[in-house]
Amino acid sequence: MHNEMEVRFLSLSQNEGFARAAAAAFAAQMNPGIEELSDIRTAVSEAVTNAIIHGYDQNPDRVVTMQMEIDDDDLVVIVRDDGCGIGDVALARKPFFTSKPELERSGMGFSVMEAFMDSLDVQSGLGKGTTVTMRKRIRHANR
Amino acid sequence: MELHAQKRGPRLTVRLSGELDHHSAEQTRIMLDTLLRDVTVSELLLDLSGMSFMDSAGLGVILGRFRKLSMRGGRLIVKGVNPSVDRIFQMSGLYAIVERQ
Ligand SMILES: Nc1ncnc2c1ncn2[C@@H]1O[C@H](COP(=O)(O)OP(=O)(O)OP(=O)(O)O)[C@@H](O)[C@H]1O
Ligand SMILES: [Mg+2]
Repeated sequence: MHNEMEVRFLSLSQNEGFARAAAAAFAAQMNPGIEELSDIRTAVSEAVTNAIIHGYDQNPDRVVTMQMEIDDDDLVVIVRDDGCGIGDVALARKPFFTSKPELERSGMGFSVMEAFMDSLDVQSGLGKGTTVTMRKRIRHANR
Repeated sequence: MELHAQKRGPRLTVRLSGELDHHSAEQTRIMLDTLLRDVTVSELLLDLSGMSFMDSAGLGVILGRFRKLSMRGGRLIVKGVNPSVDRIFQMSGLYAIVERQ
């Protein structure tokens, strides 16, 4: 089965919950297990929150795009912003690294995406925005 | 996010229900800090069993409250941790500083 979807929403924090719900509703047609669905929700939440907090510096009138693709048991989630971008992606991906410690960030977002999905790719550059691509093979465990 | 607080001696138990993400973090932080203004509290037990979602923003809220409490010699305990939240706690090394009941 092949399917695709794309949603665009403003960089408002209330859309973090919307993005999680939309991602879970779309992934549900793959018949994932409860844990797999929870992993997808968490990883999507991390990527979308980063776009809002870091990419757009909490500016509420910018646009975040989430694209999803299903190919049989393979799920791809792409979260994109046209915000400030990341200068050093390798550093940003390190556990506990955060550029905003004053906001009580723990610097675990990328580590969570990596742990909860099968792969994580981050394309970014200063002033060029950020595209986060995550893949997960659905194994239908504990359905 | 809804909070139900109960105090017994130096222990404050707070049950969190709802979703703890970046959107609800600010409000949750303010409500917890208001409760922690009571200087007789030296133990904060967070009951997470009613929490339907948490990501790294929730981790930030918990770590921030831990720092506050440890500055006055207090401690933080978590209970009702679901498997997904447990994984985030394990990854972040949270259990080295926060007890699990
Ligand atoms: N979309 C983005 N645009 C610009 N910078 C980003 C973006 N996503 C992440 N970053 C940078 O990468 C760093 C690490 O991100 P990560 O999600 O791991 O931690 P955090 O968001 O700082 O904290 P946490 O996710 O634990 O609340 C961020 O502090 C930020 O500097
Ligand atoms: Mg983050």
